[in-house]
Amino acid sequence: MIQFQYERAATTKAAINGLANSTHAKFIAGGTNLVDLMKRNVMAPTKLVDINRVPLKDIQQLNGKISIGALALNSQVADHPLILEKHPLLSQALNAGASAQIRNMATVGGNMMQRTRCPYFYDTALPCNKREPGSGCGALEGVNRMHAIFGTSEQCIAVHPSDMCIALVALDASVIVAGPKGERRIPFEEFHRLPGNQPEKDNVLQNNEMIISVEIPDNELSKNAHYFKVRDRASYAFALVSVAAALTMDGKVIRDARLAMGGVAHKPWRLREAERSLAGKTVSEETFRQAAEIAMQGAKAFKYNAFKLKLGPNVIVEALKNAAGLV
Amino acid sequence: MDKHKSTEKPEKELSSESRRDFLKTTSILTAIAVAPATVAKAAEFNLGEKMSTAFETTPVNLTVNGVKKQLNLEPRATLLDTLREQLDLTGTKKGCDYGQCGACTVHVNGQRVLSCLSLAIMHEGQEVTTIEGLAKGQELHPMQQAFIKHDGFQCGYCTPGQIMSAVACIQEGHANNEADIKEFMSGNICRCGAYPNIVKAIQEVKNGGRKS
Repeated sequence: MIQFQYERAATTKAAINGLANSTHAKFIAGGTNLVDLMKRNVMAPTKLVDINRVPLKDIQQLNGKISIGALALNSQVADHPLILEKHPLLSQALNAGASAQIRNMATVGGNMMQRTRCPYFYDTALPCNKREPGSGCGALEGVNRMHAIFGTSEQCIAVHPSDMCIALVALDASVIVAGPKGERRIPFEEFHRLPGNQPEKDNVLQNNEMIISVEIPDNELSKNAHYFKVRDRASYAFALVSVAAALTMDGKVIRDARLAMGGVAHKPWRLREAERSLAGKTVSEETFRQAAEIAMQGAKAFKYNAFKLKLGPNVIVEALKNAAGLV
Repeated sequence: MDKHKSTEKPEKELSSESRRDFLKTTSILTAIAVAPATVAKAAEFNLGEKMSTAFETTPVNLTVNGVKKQLNLEPRATLLDTLREQLDLTGTKKGCDYGQCGACTVHVNGQRVLSCLSLAIMHEGQEVTTIEGLAKGQELHPMQQAFIKHDGFQCGYCTPGQIMSAVACIQEGHANNEADIKEFMSGNICRCGAYPNIVKAIQEVKNGGRKS
């Protein structure tokens, strides 16, 4: 790890000021991804601004929504009574990610900012347009078993690694960010981006901005929500495919559906057309299978990840069955 | 363990002496340490707190196993390397060093964390407990006893991390049944495959033993 300048900020303003005049400055909170990447020389910030003392840990009910501070720990959110009661989908997704130790360190903001686990991104001896723009994409013709099937570009086929974010995009969350000119609100679905011609950009956060909080509007999805994750081992592994499913039901009839997929795209992948197809339908495996087919339209596999074209719809159906109580 | 305890203090002083000499004789490393009072003031005025520039060491205060330690560290020093190499607490193991195996698990302010992915400087003023801090004198912690009784290890390399994680798992309330224990202990890899016995050890402590 190269040497770096270390600074501690106690307020949002001090934190944002800490980024000024330094293009290679980064915030550090839990450090579970950044320290890992710094050890491997994948990222080499010359300055770290430690934001752990900025008071942004609160999880609270506001008018019509729940606000989660950017520095709330993943474990703290997953175990919080308000989240367990109102957004069990988020709690399930958080507990499906990483390990208990990492969840005790990782923050909500840091979870959103984590980088892809594409092995070509992680290995500095191999080409990667995300790590080194213009160097090429090793995964395109390489070992791409873990890679994307939606929204890929010639430049990058990496996937976004978070579980938490899959639940948040399904729950219509918003991200509040602050910069030198004040705060702005970004719909969660627009926070992360597709790779296009700039795969080095994971999201739309500017270099001088800081995530302040995430807000989830109140909903009636808590009784029929399920996060289903398929991975290479039973726990502590990144998703091959995961699905966040939540339903509002009138007896056996679906009033409103939310579906999002992980492990399939460069961003949390919301399945809006499949959601629309479910509204007004009676719950059944057949209905769910049709929605899954709609969801998979436009999917494109590479040499080693064609299994995701079959696994994807199966996981959607299983997640919906669990959410609807059909299993 | 006893031997370590008795030699701990002189060794610690020795290591900080040699660091001091190193600093004195290396002009480029002239440390510009910021006094705590200045630091507090800087935070008040939203200036950000300049703790260290490149090639400097910074004073860091940690309480490790109940003992206050004053260290001079580079910002890039991980908590794991600090424990093992500055404080001679080698019970905490370096397995993968990338947050994938759990061998380096310690408690910081009572929470289990990975010391390999933690910068020591980020824990200024916090309390760290390592495997060396679990026993009360000659009396092993119930989790240590249970690991011995149930044969919860073979080679033993992952064991300090497993035990620190197991103690926290019960404290967190995530050891209510076998499935729960397996899920919430999944961050500790055991290549010998002692998992079933580790689960038994945790269940025994959960069902009867002392919890902290």
